[in-house]
Amino acid sequence: MDFPILSTLIFLPLVSSLFIFISRGQKNNNSAIYISLFSSLATFILSLFVWYSMDYTSADFQFLEEQSWINDFIKFKLGIDGISILFIVLTALITPICIISCINSVKDRVKEFLIAILILETFMIGVFCSLDLVIFYLFFEAGLIPMFLIIGVWGGPRRVYSAFKFFLFTLLGSVLMLVAIIAIYWITGTTDVTQIYEIKIPKEYQNLLWLAFFSSFAVKTPMWPVHTWLPDAHVEAPTAGSVILAAILLKMAGYGFLRFSLPMFPLASEFFTPLIFTLSIIAIIYTSLVALMQEDMKKLIAYSSVAHMGYVTLGIFTFTKQGIEGSVFQMISHGLISAALFLCVGVVYDRLHSRMISTYGGLVNYLPKYSFLFIVFALAGLGLPGTSGFLGEFLVLTGTFQKNYLVAMLATFGVVLGAAYMLWLTKRVIFGVTKNDQIKNLKDVNKSEMIMLGILAVLVIFFGFYPVPLMETLNVSVDNLINNYETAVQIESLN
Amino acid sequence: MINNLNILLPEIFLTLSIFSILMIGVFIKNSFNLIFNLSSLIILLTIIIILNSPNNVEKIFLESFTRDSFSNFFKILILISSLFVLNSSKNYILDKKLTKFEYPIIILISILGMFFMVSSNDIILFYLGLELQSLSLYILASIDRDNLKSSESGIKYFVLSALSSGLLLYGCSLLYGFTGSTNFDLIANELGKENTGAVFAMVFILVGLAFKVSAVPFHMWTPDVYEGAPTSITSYFAVVPKVAGLAVLIKFMLIPFSKISMEWQTIIIFISIASMILGAVAAIGQKNIKRLLAYSSIGHIGYALAGVATGVISGYESAIVYISIYVVMNLGAFSCLYLLKKDGEYKENISDLSGISKKHPILAISFLVILFSLAGIPPLGGFFAKFFVFAAVVEQQMYALAIIGLLATVISAFYYLKIIKTIYFDDSVISFDNTKNKLAQLSIFISCSILLTFFLYPSVLSNVVDTLFLN
Repeated sequence: MDFPILSTLIFLPLVSSLFIFISRGQKNNNSAIYISLFSSLATFILSLFVWYSMDYTSADFQFLEEQSWINDFIKFKLGIDGISILFIVLTALITPICIISCINSVKDRVKEFLIAILILETFMIGVFCSLDLVIFYLFFEAGLIPMFLIIGVWGGPRRVYSAFKFFLFTLLGSVLMLVAIIAIYWITGTTDVTQIYEIKIPKEYQNLLWLAFFSSFAVKTPMWPVHTWLPDAHVEAPTAGSVILAAILLKMAGYGFLRFSLPMFPLASEFFTPLIFTLSIIAIIYTSLVALMQEDMKKLIAYSSVAHMGYVTLGIFTFTKQGIEGSVFQMISHGLISAALFLCVGVVYDRLHSRMISTYGGLVNYLPKYSFLFIVFALAGLGLPGTSGFLGEFLVLTGTFQKNYLVAMLATFGVVLGAAYMLWLTKRVIFGVTKNDQIKNLKDVNKSEMIMLGILAVLVIFFGFYPVPLMETLNVSVDNLINNYETAVQIESLN
Repeated sequence: MINNLNILLPEIFLTLSIFSILMIGVFIKNSFNLIFNLSSLIILLTIIIILNSPNNVEKIFLESFTRDSFSNFFKILILISSLFVLNSSKNYILDKKLTKFEYPIIILISILGMFFMVSSNDIILFYLGLELQSLSLYILASIDRDNLKSSESGIKYFVLSALSSGLLLYGCSLLYGFTGSTNFDLIANELGKENTGAVFAMVFILVGLAFKVSAVPFHMWTPDVYEGAPTSITSYFAVVPKVAGLAVLIKFMLIPFSKISMEWQTIIIFISIASMILGAVAAIGQKNIKRLLAYSSIGHIGYALAGVATGVISGYESAIVYISIYVVMNLGAFSCLYLLKKDGEYKENISDLSGISKKHPILAISFLVILFSLAGIPPLGGFFAKFFVFAAVVEQQMYALAIIGLLATVISAFYYLKIIKTIYFDDSVISFDNTKNKLAQLSIFISCSILLTFFLYPSVLSNVVDTLFLN
């Protein structure tokens, strides 16, 4: 492929943010909103085109782009396979939805907000496209800057604390990864991921390097006990910020495990599986219990995200086809569901400026359309069959049962807890008696809100019944991942 | 001998020009503007002369003076940064009534001193250059002589710096005593043999040099002098002498002390770690931007020294790349300070920046770029500086140094974020005058665009630096 389609995907939002920057002087925000909407939709269509035109019967990286970057040292290398394309499409889908959502929710400094979102999109797509460790690190870290500003400038009352916590936690995790990346360069002589796959890092280095990568991904996932930044960041961030955080930023870590930890350090991954299992189980059960106790809707969803990401890490480290496919599916579906739930909270927050569960109650009588959508997403969140939430958890649990009964049983227990907090949330917010008189005067979802939530609802139900497009894309890449892992482990056991 | 004088052409030109503009200053009244512009012109001409001089190694005056690509690179870096410091601060100087005609001349003299420092191949010439530079800096620190703080900073700097010069000179004399020579190459040969005394000398010289680049534990003067001196001088202090100091440090490690690298590596590793940590921790509590930048510069010198601590060419190269990007970032940061003017007064407190993003969006975004770059967040220039240094450090398998250094960057990110928080998250308090300070704005623009576009071609600097150590 001669046309650098991945670079176009990455830099299209950045270029359009420059246009908005230039048109900053105008009083009216409309042009900025149109530019950003147009460019993010163009990115989305382009990503769909890439998805359509890629060959997912092959496990090789496709649409490769290579350019010398730092002399004799690092190449600017991009490429995608069946796993990364899904995340790219997800990113490109969520961004226009965020831009639509900010029409209602962001009143102050709209242009700057749009610029931040578009720059963030560039970095996020970059993360999923990069096939070089340094490029990956670059995009991974650079995303902190716009997200820090989104939380800090447009956030709630405790935004400063949350923004700092988010930034410093993530940075602390990542610097160790940087050391590991440089160390990999001196061990293998390259930072090109595909070459490292073939060279195979010697066993004695693997554990330490794995831990360094883990420190970064664990914070980003977030895994217990380093998850504490997430509830704060979610609660204080504006709606669009929470959506991006939950839908995409958290997925970077899961993607990182799949793309780097597993194939580059297979022996260490096997060695540390008990650690991951333990942390995931704690995350699933403990944070579900914590979620039960929340009085703030956003915090509840934030804790549920931690629990759901627990399934993701669990599934990845089962090294079974079901587990890994389930994890990826769970990430995509959680990207849709959590984004939708945060948008739902945003819809009522824009009207009443409260996120407390106690403020609401009995919404079903006054906001029927909203209540319907909310219930759809809540049920998807607890993993009801027929929604995409079910399939991911089911596959992960199937994978886990093959490896470890106890872990699988404990994880299944988490499903029950998930149902508990989601149903209780629905009961308290949607049903029940209306105590608050303000609710009676609320308007139901307007057109733009209907569009955002409607699209997500359709997708959640569609993938619940017909996951084939996702699974087909994943299939060969996941097979290849597992084959490589198993060969590496077998070779080691022969020695 | 006379035939070789063209090797000294930049120095000769600079010296003669200094004398001539000094005469102009003495005989023409109110000639500040004229002399200021002439000085800029002289700096430009000197750059052209150096660019046109060949890069092969030439040693003259009994091999005490070297001209090679290494010294040429540093001379150009010194000149360019001085040019930016001078011009970006012009409005500040005029406002503060620092319009003494000696001001630019003394800067030129200190540049001359640095020229001899980076070119020296002999302890005596090195010491003379260093003192010429230091004496000019003492005067510059106290140039606002009616201001108590400025005079105080001048005196403080003088006393402490004189002490360190004394130590350095003591080290030099010890070195001469134990090796029997003052020439770098001859010393290097002599140190190949067992020579415990020379190790003592090396420690004293390192102490002196660490003082000049304000590395911990010889950093005490930095915050006070940075705060007390006029901002235009502070920006000069923060940039130019550090470049020269680092150049000399690398040169000492490269030639005379190359054979005893085990001994000095330990010391530099310690100094580097101490500087990184102190620079990160001590800056957190600061309220004055200039003091904060002082501590941040201590931290940054720590990173550059981490590159030097590797003791290999690639490490020195990374340190040079680091200091070059550091120059760009600091020039930008100080130029921003020249725009913080309210009713004719320059504000220096972090709290004064509160909410400037609403009224001065361009200034705010420049601060944002520079501060994130100082914190070393990709994809800005500062990240690549750190990346090259840590790549060299990890190559030598000094993992502890790399990890401590990177943890220090996380701590230091905190105080940079604090300033960004003040700028972007807080409510606006002051709106600054809309000064038409074109020169400062230009230098901010140049600095930000370098930092923002550095990721497009990160090896541009290292390609140049690679050639410095070929011979």
